[in-house]
Amino acid sequence: MLEIKNLRVQYGAFAALQDVSLSINDGQVVSIVGANGAGKTTLINTISGLLRPVSGQISFDGKDLLQMEGHNIASMGIAQVPEGRKLFSDMTVYENLLMGSYSKHARPQRQKQLEMVYELFPILKARDKQLARTLSGGEQQMLAIGRAVMMCPRLMMFDEPSLGLAPKIVQSIFEVILRLKAAGLTIMLVEQNVRQSLQISDYAYVLETGRVVIQGSGQEVLANEHTRAAYLGI
Amino acid sequence: MVFSPELLLQALITGVLLGGIFALISVGLSLIWGVMRIVNFAHGEFLMIAMYIAYYLVVKGGWDPYLTILITAPALFLIGILIFQTTIRPILKDPSMNQIMLTVGLSLIMQNLALVFFKADVLTANTTYTRLNFMLGPVVVRGSQLIAFAGSALTAFLLYWFLQKTETGRAIRAASLNRDAATLVGINVRNTYLLAFGIGSASLGVAASLMIPFYYTSPTVGLFFGLIAYVVVVLGGLGSFPGALVAGLIIGLTESVGASLLPGSLARVLTFGIFIVVLLFKPQGIFGGKQK
Ligand SMILES: Nc1ncnc2c1ncn2[C@@H]1O[C@H](COP(=O)(O)OP(=O)(O)OP(=O)(O)O)[C@@H](O)[C@H]1O
Ligand SMILES: [Mg+2]
Repeated sequence: MLEIKNLRVQYGAFAALQDVSLSINDGQVVSIVGANGAGKTTLINTISGLLRPVSGQISFDGKDLLQMEGHNIASMGIAQVPEGRKLFSDMTVYENLLMGSYSKHARPQRQKQLEMVYELFPILKARDKQLARTLSGGEQQMLAIGRAVMMCPRLMMFDEPSLGLAPKIVQSIFEVILRLKAAGLTIMLVEQNVRQSLQISDYAYVLETGRVVIQGSGQEVLANEHTRAAYLGI
Repeated sequence: MVFSPELLLQALITGVLLGGIFALISVGLSLIWGVMRIVNFAHGEFLMIAMYIAYYLVVKGGWDPYLTILITAPALFLIGILIFQTTIRPILKDPSMNQIMLTVGLSLIMQNLALVFFKADVLTANTTYTRLNFMLGPVVVRGSQLIAFAGSALTAFLLYWFLQKTETGRAIRAASLNRDAATLVGINVRNTYLLAFGIGSASLGVAASLMIPFYYTSPTVGLFFGLIAYVVVVLGGLGSFPGALVAGLIIGLTESVGASLLPGSLARVLTFGIFIVVLLFKPQGIFGGKQK
């Protein structure tokens, strides 16, 4: 479904991604593991079209994403739950969800997706008239996920969805990810709960200073000596 | 000057009516600032162009002044997006000093072009509405100003409704709140900027047509209204829609009460006095929240 070949992304002269190749198949959960500054957010933002690579290829269902602008990439069904949530802070919960189904392909599904989001996160329904910036951290994260679900995406990329949240909410976010997978979505997951995310992953890539250093099935990467030492503290 | 309650009452009425127009003129500037963080110092000159269009339609074309909205609003929308595409869009990411230089430069060019094409004459259109005045107790209400007030309120309301309730209006707000997030949900941010600039300019077309029965036109008329709009937007809180409305009324009242209490040139001191005090003590404006 998603194919990335020899991707190189720079901020000025600094290369944040070098020669990154990866692929994600339909219906899979794929984890990207890496320390702070490894280039995970850079990778996700490049797929979304917020950043332009210096070289390399990205294709989605055989279509060249590098020929498209960010808003068109989103309309193709590539959603992102961004780092730091990036909600529309002065809009209500309901309006934020409506914005998720702004694009033409998502709008006809609006009502159906809205019901699904409210079912996943009942608290969002209770708070629908509240401004997004007045929500608690956990609620904001749910809204960010809900807004992405409203896009009827085929690929959903999570960038550290559980950062700074209480363990109970972290668990419910993992459950939601599994339910989305069961509903047929393809998922790319960046999580600092490395063990748990590898456990639910079909495939995983380990990024270090902008390069893929290890890859394999979730179980393989979980068993890898280097991963265990560097990311699992064993 | 002798002070009398009638005089004050008259100034209050005129102030409120003028304030409505000030509010409408400011709302466009506020929208443009809110969406793309640019202060368009040529805002007043856009109004000036619209006033010339309305003036010639009325005086040479025999149009009803209020019907000219059908021309001025779309014309200003087009002029707005044309100028935006060719001059402002390329410098959206530049330092604000460059942006200020550019829009100030635009305003000077427009003033001077107006001087060339329309000459320096002060033009007033004498329409049937111009003499439509009536007494309300001891005060004179100018019918054309009352219509302008109502028209401004209606236009501002429609604009507010558009931004709050329509898909496109919401997209404009979303793009102004978070550019990246807007792109991520499929909004073409570039188009929302263009649209916001066009709408902000079109509102000046409406204002110009509403003003033509009671206000003169000249190449420098935009200077005054541009400054007023700038003061109103800062007072109301940059980018705040309700703030611009209330601040418009406050400045309208200040201008007209000032003019009736203070001798000629001193009157304007009040308006800019308020401006400076707000900048010093509450730079986010009376309605602005915390500075972002
Ligand atoms: N806008 C920017 N300008 C310059 N350098 C940047 C910029 N954004 C990121 N970088 C650098 O690029 C590298 C990769 O950053 P990125 O945000 O992709 O890392 P990350 O893996 O998401 O890290 P984290 O786990 O902390 O979120 C880092 O060294 C970072 O300092
Ligand atoms: Mg990151």
